[in-house]
This record gives sequence, structure tokens and C-alpha cells, in this order.
Amino acid sequence: MDIKSMKNYVYWLYCQFELITCSYLMEPWEKLLFYTFNITMLVMVLYTAYIFVSVHISTAFQFFLHLFGNQHENTVSVVK
Amino acid sequence: INHIVHNGGLYKRPFNEDFEETPMLVAVLTYVGYGVLTLFGYLRDFMRQWKIEKCQNATEREEQKDFVPLYQDFENFYNRNLYMRIRDSWNRPICSVPGAKVDMMERVSHDYNWTFTYTGRVIKDIINMGSYNYLGFAQKAGTCQEAAAKVLSQYGAGACSTRQEMGNLDKHEELEKLVARFLGVESAMAYGMGFATNSMNIPALVGKGCLILSDELNHASLVLGARLSGATIRIFKHNNMQSLEKLLKDAIVHGQPRTRRPWKKILILVEGIYSMEGSIVRLPEVIALKKKYKSYLYLDEAHSIGALGPTGRGVVEYFGLSPEDVDVMMGTFTKSFGAAGGYIGGKKELIDYLRTYSHSAVYATSMSPPVVEQIITSMKCIMGEDGTTVGKARVQQLAENTRYFRRRLKEMGFIIYGNEDSPVVPLMLYMPAKIGAFGREMLKRNIGVVVVGFPATPIIESRARFCLSAAHTKEMLDTALKEINEVGDLLQLKYSRHRLVPLLDRPFDETTYEETED
Repeated sequence: MDIKSMKNYVYWLYCQFELITCSYLMEPWEKLLFYTFNITMLVMVLYTAYIFVSVHISTAFQFFLHLFGNQHENTVSVVK
Repeated sequence: INHIVHNGGLYKRPFNEDFEETPMLVAVLTYVGYGVLTLFGYLRDFMRQWKIEKCQNATEREEQKDFVPLYQDFENFYNRNLYMRIRDSWNRPICSVPGAKVDMMERVSHDYNWTFTYTGRVIKDIINMGSYNYLGFAQKAGTCQEAAAKVLSQYGAGACSTRQEMGNLDKHEELEKLVARFLGVESAMAYGMGFATNSMNIPALVGKGCLILSDELNHASLVLGARLSGATIRIFKHNNMQSLEKLLKDAIVHGQPRTRRPWKKILILVEGIYSMEGSIVRLPEVIALKKKYKSYLYLDEAHSIGALGPTGRGVVEYFGLSPEDVDVMMGTFTKSFGAAGGYIGGKKELIDYLRTYSHSAVYATSMSPPVVEQIITSMKCIMGEDGTTVGKARVQQLAENTRYFRRRLKEMGFIIYGNEDSPVVPLMLYMPAKIGAFGREMLKRNIGVVVVGFPATPIIESRARFCLSAAHTKEMLDTALKEINEVGDLLQLKYSRHRLVPLLDRPFDETTYEETED
């Protein structure tokens, strides 16, 4: 029964999303357009995060390490 | 803001009015919703203009396209793109008497609310929470109906003339004497239409060189009457006595705008109960201000006559004041008396003047005799003059229903506007999709409600308005409350951040503090 109540909960969350963004009122082709746009934006944001976040995190990590102690190679430039 | 007012003994009872602030997240999400709908509105307008989609709304003809555009303003944009999507919640056709329960014709739309077709089925016994049936006189059987049928067979249905020509029947004289006795004033006059009572009589009372101070949220009939009169109009904030006093002081001190002459008359226009907010006017303070600054008061008791006060005499009796303090008492017979029309009551000289100079008396057809008889019978019933206690029982039942319903809704966690004692209960919805969803879901559960959106309310404060009735039994109210609770959970409408403490069993006295905890 956990799966059923889980599915009901997810469906209820979807209904809330529909009500808040007013896609409850849209005709089917408008909904398609709206969801396609939203999902495209979301996928682009996630892809950008996947590509760039690891680089940013490692450079930030090295910057903080340099700030708190000088124990690593001098060949890495300090990022201000 | 919650406040209980006990200022200087003007109020003989606590005045509990509450307009909870919109939660920030809800306001932001409402704007997001309206933003999305506006973008799609522009898209649809673009498609309609470039003939990608069939244009089903009204447009100008080809020859008129070079003239000033007629349908480009915001109201028309709202109409075609937002109102049309949720239009099935309004103008629903009913096919029985709108009492506590009503029958409705089912209709479907195959092209997203541009046209409707009837399926032929009649939805029976919908609990009616939208009719202004405060004392339950909208009935098709009973003493009122029998008396009206008898008068119909005696006088016919039409009066066929104006009051000043051949339309003044003895029934009208009887009605006016009865209304004057009911209100406790010297004399009264009745008109065929409530809207026309306001819009046609205010021009007869004030003119150029007079000042009208009107509340922010006054009804369209009062606004129209004030504009038609030609007087200067100044608006004070809703039910805000400091704002009104400031305007009165400025008016007395500075006089008319350029000439600095004193104003000929200052008339304050207020309503008894404001139907969109459910708030009651602060009448003791208004009367104190009126007496201090020597101005006149016009009180529109459209929703409060019959619904407030221990014997149903309206907001004047609710506060325990004397009807002689109010210069012009206006009201309608549409809401609590189950008929149609309006009245004005006041001093004999005032009413005699109105009989000669009011536009409505000269040009409007007089009231239809069966309608007059319905008012006479229902008014006698409320006053107790027909020998039974039915009227008093109804007034008490309405007060009990009001208190119970409001308390239960607040306990559930909805945001409810207005005064504790007003039978008009607005429940805040805020988001545009929830307006349509609430109306439809309640109809699925056999309850008919009225939802109100943009032109009648500010754009983010849309609401569902319940009108309680003495004809609603406790079982009906419990059913309705159960369904409202369910729909509230389904649509996430329980925005209130106050938690109401369950009502304690002690009488109200001067030391009662607010019974909410934040």
C-alpha cells in the first residue's frame, strides 16, 4: 500500500503544480507547449550544472586551501 | 489586523473584524500564475490576429480597423484570455426556486467555454450557498406565496404606470406605512428596483456645490448616483474613521476648491454590510463624526436589513442606536424579503420632497402588486404581527448559522474576511486556477457557490463568497463544511497562519481579549 499512497501523493503534488502555474486552465496543446518549454529549460540547467559545477567546486576548494595554508603546488594560480 | 474596539463606550458590544494579510508566498505564486496566463494570452491574441486560430470573440469589422481600437484595453484582454477559461462557474441556469436547495441544468462545453450545450439532465438538490436568501423567504409555498397569489388574482401582475400618474395603488401606501413602522422612521417610500433607488435618488438629494464622502468599496449603484449628481466626490479608506475625520476636517476648514466657500451639504455614503468583504460599518463612530461636523448620513442597508439585529431591523438596531440619527436610511427588498425593489426612509419632509423630485418616482413604473404583497407578508412575519414566532425564529437561526459557520471555517484554517456577525462569508482563494477549480469541485459535490474574481475584487484577492440563510439547517451546513474541508485539502486553500482557540463558554464582557494565538 506504500506504493499506492506514494503514487497518490505524487499525483497530488502534480495537481498543485498545475493549479499554481495555471496549466489546469490551459488547452492540451498549450499544456504541451508549456511543459516542453519548462522541461527544456530544466534539462539545460541540469546539464550546465553537470558540466561546470565540478570544475567550479575544485577551483573553489583549492582557493580555500590556499587561504588557510600554503601546502600545495605553486603552479596552480590563485583564483581571486 | 485583529482588533476588538471598546473606545469610550460608543460600542455596546465587541466589534470583531478581521482581514488577515495575504501570505507572501501565496502572493508571489498568484503573480506567477497571472504571468503565465498573460503570456499565453499574448500568444493566443497573436494567433488570432494572424488567422492561425479561429477568432470567436467580438472584434471590429474590417472597415472599422482604422478607427480607435475597441477591444485592446486590459479589461477586454482579461475577458478573452482569462475569464473565458473559467466562465462555466458563472451564469449557471437554475430551474427551481433558489431556496436552501436548488436545481440546476447541467451544461457542457466542447470548445473550452466559448459555447455551451445542455445535456438535458437536471442536477437536483444542490445546497445553495450563493443566493442572498438571508431569512429564507425565497419559497414557493407558505403564507407569503398564498397572499401574493391572492393579490395577483385581484390586482393583476402589472401596475402599468408611474407612481405620479396612475400607478399609485393602495398596496403601495400600505407598504410604505409598514416600512416606516418597521424601521422606526417617520415616513418611507418604495421603488421598483434597488439599483435605481440609489442611482436615481442621490442626484435628487445633492447637486453641484455639495460634497460626497464615499467609502472606498461602495457598490456601483452608489458610485453611479454620486457621479450623476454632479457633486464633488472624495473617497475615504474602507471603514477607516481616521481617514473620514481627516476628510471632514479638510472640507470644513478649506471649503470648496477654488472659491473657498463653505460646502452646501456634506453627505457621507456608507453601506451596512459590504458584500465583498463581509465587513460591517462602524456606525457609532460615523454617527459621532456626523454630529460633530454637522453633515448628513446616507446608509445603504441592502445586505444588513433583516440580517442583523436581534429583531432583524438592520445595522442601526445591531449597534443599539436610534434610527433618528441616520438621515437617509436606504435598503432593498431583494435580499432578506425575497422580493424585488428598494426603499428610502427618513423624516417626513425628506420623503415628501423625494416623492416630487426623484427621477424614479416620476419616470419609473411602480412596483408590481404581488411583489408588494410578498414584502408586506414577509415584513409582518419578521415583526411578529402575523401571530406566529416564525420571524423571530428565522432571525435567530440566521445569527446561529452565521456564528457556527464562520467559527468552523476559521478552525479549519481558511482565511475568512469580515466581521464575526455578518452572514456574508468571503473565503480567500487568491490564485486564478483555484477560482475555476473551486467552483467546479464544489459543483461535483453538489454544492453551489459563487466565486468572485478580478473586476469585482483586487486582482490577487479573488474569493469564494458564501451567503448563509435561515433556511439552511445544521445538517446542510455540516455537509457543506465537510465538502469545503475536502476541497480545501485537495486544492491547498488553508492559508491561515492563526490558530483559533475553540470557543470558551463565557459571556462577552469588557475584559474579553482576542481568542487567537499566532
